[in-house]
Amino acid sequence: MSSTYELGGRTFTSRLIVGTGKYSSFEETRRAIEESGAEIVTVAIRRISLNDPGKESLLDYIDRDRITLLPNTAGCYTAEEAILTSRLAREALGTDLIKLEVIGDEKTLFPDNEGLLRATKTLVDEGFVVLPYTNDDPITCKKLEEMGCPAVMPLAAPIGSGLGLQNPYNLQIILEQAHVPVIVDAGVGTASDAAIAIEMGATAVLMNTGIAGAKDPLKMARAMRLAVEAGRLAYEAGRIPKKLYASASSPLEGVIGASNS
Amino acid sequence: MCAVKSERKITVSVNGEERRVVSDLSVEELLDLLGVKGSSVAVARNQAIIPRSDYSSATLEEGDQIEIIHAVGGGAS
Repeated sequence: MSSTYELGGRTFTSRLIVGTGKYSSFEETRRAIEESGAEIVTVAIRRISLNDPGKESLLDYIDRDRITLLPNTAGCYTAEEAILTSRLAREALGTDLIKLEVIGDEKTLFPDNEGLLRATKTLVDEGFVVLPYTNDDPITCKKLEEMGCPAVMPLAAPIGSGLGLQNPYNLQIILEQAHVPVIVDAGVGTASDAAIAIEMGATAVLMNTGIAGAKDPLKMARAMRLAVEAGRLAYEAGRIPKKLYASASSPLEGVIGASNS
Repeated sequence: MCAVKSERKITVSVNGEERRVVSDLSVEELLDLLGVKGSSVAVARNQAIIPRSDYSSATLEEGDQIEIIHAVGGGAS
């Protein structure tokens, strides 16, 4: 896989971005990252436990020379919370990258567009490289790009739902109009879901539950890696157009029993 | 544990828990007191980031709301 893409001034080869939540141990997280081939992994920002402040950290299991950390603002329901979390993440991890989430509702975890746009404006002004988790809405994606986001991250389906790409037509419009990478974020359930998004031209896919929630997370991590590689190859190869009727792939001449005229 | 520098005590909130601490405690001393180690943490006071370079000079005041965070496993909300 030689094709690469750029994000925040860095070049990446792997088109699979993985989360680090929901694993049974830090060691399993480490091995899943390894199997996935991901070069970017997301982490959440949370209060330190004052009862056990010295316990081991996930970061001890991530080789930051090879892996780029992408902190998120998961769990933030207002622009203000997301902005403060972003600033804390930058201070703690020394990175300007932020996966910006402003969540609108606990049940759907759909983004709050208004809050997302407001937080984006502030954070871009402060020099953050804002990667926004957004609805699969072409207009919002366009606004986010115009505000200076170096990529947009529309959802395929609700976070953790495993439903796969629910609105390929919206994604197609987003892909057609975007001048920045489009990263499909959330909702991927299995390998084919990831492949479809990449085949359509998405630059990368981001997932967590699809891997961590599988019966065998390490195997699924590998499956996702291969799916994304296959999807990218198919995208570069250029698929055939869809047609309603058959088109034979064997020669039409020399069929036995045919009369020679 | 931190040496007592002052008799006067103040109440601050640390990660949502109220704590009585000496009045001129610095952020650096607070982190020591709590046993927080490692470089990958960040501190906010009343919604404003305290840069690492200010940990030794920034002292706590009555009613301060302190947040001490680190990175944990996570994907999305």
